[in-house]
Amino acid sequence: MARVLVVTSGKGGVGKTTSTAALGAALAQTGQSVAVVDFDVGLRNLDLIMGAERRVVFDLVNVIQGVAKLPQALIRDKRLETLWLLPASQTRDKDALTEQGVAAVINELRGKFDWVICDSPAGIERGATLAMRFADCAVIVTNPEVSSVRDSDRIIGLLDAKTEMAEKGQRIEKHLLITRYDPQRAQRGEMLNIEDVLEILSTPLLGIIPESQEVLRASNLGSPVTLCNATSAPARAYLDAARRLKGETVPMCIPTEQHRLLSRLFGRRAA
Amino acid sequence: MKILSLFRRRGSAPQARERLQILLSHERAAGRQPDLLAILQEEILATIARQITVERENVRVRIDRGAMVSTLEIDVDIPHTAGPAAPALASNRTHAAAIGRGAAAMASVSRGFG
Repeated sequence: MARVLVVTSGKGGVGKTTSTAALGAALAQTGQSVAVVDFDVGLRNLDLIMGAERRVVFDLVNVIQGVAKLPQALIRDKRLETLWLLPASQTRDKDALTEQGVAAVINELRGKFDWVICDSPAGIERGATLAMRFADCAVIVTNPEVSSVRDSDRIIGLLDAKTEMAEKGQRIEKHLLITRYDPQRAQRGEMLNIEDVLEILSTPLLGIIPESQEVLRASNLGSPVTLCNATSAPARAYLDAARRLKGETVPMCIPTEQHRLLSRLFGRRAA
Repeated sequence: MKILSLFRRRGSAPQARERLQILLSHERAAGRQPDLLAILQEEILATIARQITVERENVRVRIDRGAMVSTLEIDVDIPHTAGPAAPALASNRTHAAAIGRGAAAMASVSRGFG
């Protein structure tokens, strides 16, 4: 049975697209079949983060409008056989996404994949509400910072009110993913710590992604961070989070970078 | 002792937590009752307009959210020329004139949360 997961946050720039790519790849690395779907119509970027930007022919809006069939629009990842991308379109038409259209696409994806991961745009407009509309579970990406926590609280309210599951009287499963966490700064009281954020948002924790240079490096190279350098701290955190999504019990920890002597002496190799 | 306090600079995270807790308790309550402030403003305006003629922009409603108690401040400018909107009571008119411009009424609204 396929699971539809929305990666959302309200606030922009907190790591939704990075997390969608990393979790999608991490699940695919365990052998699951995964489709990652970009809902950011007009400002697509998941294709770029996944390194598939030059292979986009058709997109989500084309499928909704009947211009292309779903299999024509899906792009298979070059590194992982079971990872697929459905890109967003670059149209400026805000009404390009329709509720029935999105419902039909999600339904078709449910029949083909173990996981459908919807990368929500920032904000609470049409794209964001449609990205969460048909989800069974949600990953709320939050930075330990006041505006991000506030917007996450707002999004949690929307997940409990505006999703199809909520309207049926069921509870959508919610998970908090704290990104860009700096344990040292939190220790010094300069940054909200994990307990603070969990207490304020009262949502179970999926994982803690430490602030890391590896995330920018992976995006520069067009590779999900879990594929780019699977032993890096953020990659290990995302791999653990993906196992928790699958229902495994994985002890919560904040991975730290392991600096190997050679890489320190000679600098990092380019991929 | 200022030098010592520089070395013991307290982190800003506790303030962030406290501000968020206050803000979100209000926003969550507001989510259940949409835009309390706009509703109050309309109702107060309608109440005043029944007695005296005041311009819409001369009625200001502000809310200051505190941890335990929120203060609702209603500020009504009543020009000396303001007459009764309808055949109002004479005592009301006198009262309005006596308060004059820049009169402020204060009311405390307790909001239920822990």
